[in-house]
Amino acid sequence: MSESIEAASVEVIRRGRRRRVRRRRTVVVCLVAVLAALFLTSLCVGHTVYSPYDALRVVLGETVPGASFTVGRLRLPRALTGALAGFAFGLAGATFQTLLRNMLASPDVIGITSGASAAAVFAIIVLGLGGTAVFVVAVPAGVLVALVIYLLTYRQGVLGARLVLVGIGVGALLNSVTSYLLLRAPAWDVQEAMRWLTGSLSSAFWDGVGPLAAGVVPLSAVLLALERPLTALQLGDDSARALGTRVETVRLALVLGAVGLTALATAATGPIAFVAFLSGPVAQRLTGGNGSPLLPAALTGAVLVLAADLVGQFAFDTRFPVGVVTGALGAPCLLWLLARPGRTRLARRAEGVL
Amino acid sequence: MSATRTLTVEAARFGYAGRIVVDGLDLRIPPGAVTVIVGANACGKSTLLRGMARLLAPERGSVLLDGKDIHRTPTRQVARALGLLPQSPTAPEGIAVADLVARGRTPHHGLLGRWTPADDEAVARALTATGVLDLADRPVDELSGGQRQRVWIATALAQETDVLLLDEPTTYLDVTHQVEVLDLLTDLNRDRGTTVVMVLHDLNLAARYADHLVAVKDGALYATGAATEVVTPQTVADVFGLRAEVIEDPVSGAPLVLPVGRHHTRRD
Repeated sequence: MSESIEAASVEVIRRGRRRRVRRRRTVVVCLVAVLAALFLTSLCVGHTVYSPYDALRVVLGETVPGASFTVGRLRLPRALTGALAGFAFGLAGATFQTLLRNMLASPDVIGITSGASAAAVFAIIVLGLGGTAVFVVAVPAGVLVALVIYLLTYRQGVLGARLVLVGIGVGALLNSVTSYLLLRAPAWDVQEAMRWLTGSLSSAFWDGVGPLAAGVVPLSAVLLALERPLTALQLGDDSARALGTRVETVRLALVLGAVGLTALATAATGPIAFVAFLSGPVAQRLTGGNGSPLLPAALTGAVLVLAADLVGQFAFDTRFPVGVVTGALGAPCLLWLLARPGRTRLARRAEGVL
Repeated sequence: MSATRTLTVEAARFGYAGRIVVDGLDLRIPPGAVTVIVGANACGKSTLLRGMARLLAPERGSVLLDGKDIHRTPTRQVARALGLLPQSPTAPEGIAVADLVARGRTPHHGLLGRWTPADDEAVARALTATGVLDLADRPVDELSGGQRQRVWIATALAQETDVLLLDEPTTYLDVTHQVEVLDLLTDLNRDRGTTVVMVLHDLNLAARYADHLVAVKDGALYATGAATEVVTPQTVADVFGLRAEVIEDPVSGAPLVLPVGRHHTRRD
């Protein structure tokens, strides 16, 4: 008797779990499909339009007259840079938001992006560097800024709202450094730096894809491998520790990984507005908040950047950098997330900080 | 499940950032019993519980689980024997009840461990024991305070540990739900032999539900033993600084504390 009740209740659990797993998997598969479609579109569309068949042949290494240069040398590195940077921004943003249990705690809000940006502008304007060399300056700077924010915040039971406030302060300071550098710079460099600061894929060439991929791939692997302990950390430090998680080690690895990804992506494309901030909440809406948010958020980030870049390039008479489009898209989304009736918990949390 | 796990605290000193809260404390938790820790605010009772749950490393002394120092035992191994319900756990937004409870299975998995039918069974058992099976697919956000507390207890139960530590599991609950939660924990103890250790604020509920009562004062043990031995006017005066009469609880036979305040005292 009691065993049959048990079997029935186990069935309830199993069915519910499978349904949620299936939903998450469907979301991930759809995002991958959309990403692939956008990627292919980015290769085909432009001044000259090539067929997907020709574009794929170029990707596979065949020589196609005309397409080999346009697709192989211009569009492919651009699409790869966009996808990698979007993936990195989305993953880093969701990691921070989940870890700090606060939507506003994404790296573009708490000053880490500003740190990498200020360093990159310094590299471009003062040191006269470009391309790969910018990475060498921007990545350590991002890590350094994260460290400074952490030290300023550190006081038993570190994280949360304090970190967001300190981060916003540090970010404001670094933005003024950037402005100062721009004021002092020669006009040509300013234009270059400004385009970069808006977040742009137009200077993406093959020599930047290598270092970006070399950083993004292993760091993403580390973060995605830590999904399970991260879901334990979502329950609070005490619960996570009681569940056998090494809280400090896992958190340090997650923070370093996310900071690294942010700095890499910022160095490659500039701070593409709102991608880190939006990917997590959007992905959560899609999956319904079940399971780890990391992979769906990363894919959402890549989709957002590629889609916004296509819109920026072709939807208007003038070409806009990708950051202008994500900014125009992101700001209303932020307001909607905060203001929408019903699901007020997110808004309450955000208000608790501001 | 066995009731043979022993949890002992030996000459332990616990504190935060140089401030000593508990010092030189020895305590043996009786296996298979319900132990309740009571004391005034800031007396160190929660600190003691946190120390036993290895959330806090002792500055001196040690906490032993089956004779082994829990701070020198792999954390996942401890997590399979010792469960904890902290004071204010947080549920991720939008998570379903069954998924939250499933996270209690974490210590039984490796980093890439697969979900097994045994995990589904453990979750179903935990939800059944706490009476929230019919809420399995609901979002935790939508539950009432009492339901949510049951779900958190279910999460700790899904961990399937022989020892369960709870830090004020009845806070924020109305009296009906307080009794419900304490009855539930008593069921667990009686049906499965789980060793239950909890901090409670309400002295009368503590006296009723404890097999073993531990009174803490200024970071040291004041008295331990059966409620009838520990709960006396003298203890209440010393531990809580409160003048009180103690009578026999007509419902349970346990001691019942009646505080004597400055007002509303009969003069005849």
